[in-house]
Amino acid sequence: MRRRDLVKWLGLAAGAAGAGALPAHAAGAGTGLRGTGDLGVVVERATGSLLLVENSSRTALARIDGLGDLSHASAVFSRCERYAYVFGRDGGLTKVDLLGARIERRILQAGNSIGGAISDDGRLIAAANYDPGGVRLFDAATLEPLAEIPAESAGRRSKVVGLEDAPGRRFVFSLYDAGEIWIADCADPGRPAVTRFPGIGSLPYDGLISSDGRHYIAGLFGEDGLVHVDLWHEQPKPRRILAGYGRGEERLPVYKMPHLEGWAHAGDRFLLPAIGRSEVLVCDAATFEEIGRVPVHSQPVFVEARPDGRHAWVNFAHPKNDTVQVIDTRTLKVIQEMKPGPAVLHMEFTGRGHEVWLSVRDADRVDVYDTRTFAKVAEVPARKPSGIFFTARAHRTGM
Amino acid sequence: MARRRSGRRRTIEAALAVALIGQTASAGALDAARTRELADLVRQDCGSCHGMTLKGGLGRALTPERLRDATTDGLARIILDGVPGTPMPPWSGLITEEEAMWIAESLRNGFPP
Repeated sequence: MRRRDLVKWLGLAAGAAGAGALPAHAAGAGTGLRGTGDLGVVVERATGSLLLVENSSRTALARIDGLGDLSHASAVFSRCERYAYVFGRDGGLTKVDLLGARIERRILQAGNSIGGAISDDGRLIAAANYDPGGVRLFDAATLEPLAEIPAESAGRRSKVVGLEDAPGRRFVFSLYDAGEIWIADCADPGRPAVTRFPGIGSLPYDGLISSDGRHYIAGLFGEDGLVHVDLWHEQPKPRRILAGYGRGEERLPVYKMPHLEGWAHAGDRFLLPAIGRSEVLVCDAATFEEIGRVPVHSQPVFVEARPDGRHAWVNFAHPKNDTVQVIDTRTLKVIQEMKPGPAVLHMEFTGRGHEVWLSVRDADRVDVYDTRTFAKVAEVPARKPSGIFFTARAHRTGM
Repeated sequence: MARRRSGRRRTIEAALAVALIGQTASAGALDAARTRELADLVRQDCGSCHGMTLKGGLGRALTPERLRDATTDGLARIILDGVPGTPMPPWSGLITEEEAMWIAESLRNGFPP
């Protein structure tokens, strides 16, 4: 670290956290050295800033400004866990140096964007774009553009959703308008080889990949059901799962799209949000047959298994988004409910899941809960916080 | 017992009528606190699909340029009824007609921050 960065770092750390608030190991006090394994970023979308946080001390260390429109922003991390790559709605792709608490590089790579992924070898960044619809690939070190994959189907560009990294320098994603799933093999990043699966269903809205890299699952907005692709298969083939879970009943108005995330896998089950229903759907992780449903407080947005899979935490759509519930993934019962405050938008577990951070947007606060006692253990002030991303994601597939 | 209950029902009906009259009387004159709430709702919650800057996302852009051909009435109808076959939900359960009209008009004129 350059001396100037170091001074800035320590100054910011002391300033943000209050004198003496950081434990000695956390900031590497006196040595200027520290690790990044307990760091993370909180998206402050209204101000286009990131809050750099440390989950060991449960504090904010610094604020990083100048990231543009961070509606629906998400982040992935370099393999060394020093850099965050932040995907903004305005097509911004920003490489943030967590140690320097500063922007290392920033480009505007598209007009309208929805997230991205980093390849398993850490060399490629893939951004999913609404406009122009498609995927763009970048060198993770320099953010130099390497290739574009236009999501063109029947002469029309489609918005891309659910872009996930798969083992072997591949990316898997869904075409919202066209109803397709594509697998891009980026062994040669200048010339990605694309396998297309058309006709997978109406309006795929998001996707996930299991942390073993085997299962890609896309949710459908246009019909009751999801689509599963077994990437271990020699010739992967999408198939419908949990078809007709709404059984033709009229769905409730959906005021917020659910999100699918790599946290869906809990032991030998997957837990997935239903659309337009106040239910969490549960299927067997081998057969993908439905094995249960959990009635919950309202329409789920995120259903996140704690990293050990024993519990799943659920937050909810507007206007009932002040509540969080915890599901026991063995008994499929809600075992805990809490009301952290207005607009709980996202939840992020620490690496092995001993604590969870919740963004409580309208209270301008991030709350930290102990995941075994369910007690709140800290509050961290933040401006209209949304997504929370910890560096532990760096070594998980599908994050 | 039955008489008392029906008496109470009459009282509730009367109270509702007063409330409804009150609401009608305030049409077109939403107070500043409510318009602040509505502006936040549009930026934050509509923003999850339309973008916080309203430049679009999964849903279309809602900037004055993009809405040039729309009418306030037409936009208010879309807000209240939703667009079947798309993720745009009907908001009529959460906001009133005059609130939808205020949102529609504000979108066409350039939405407040």
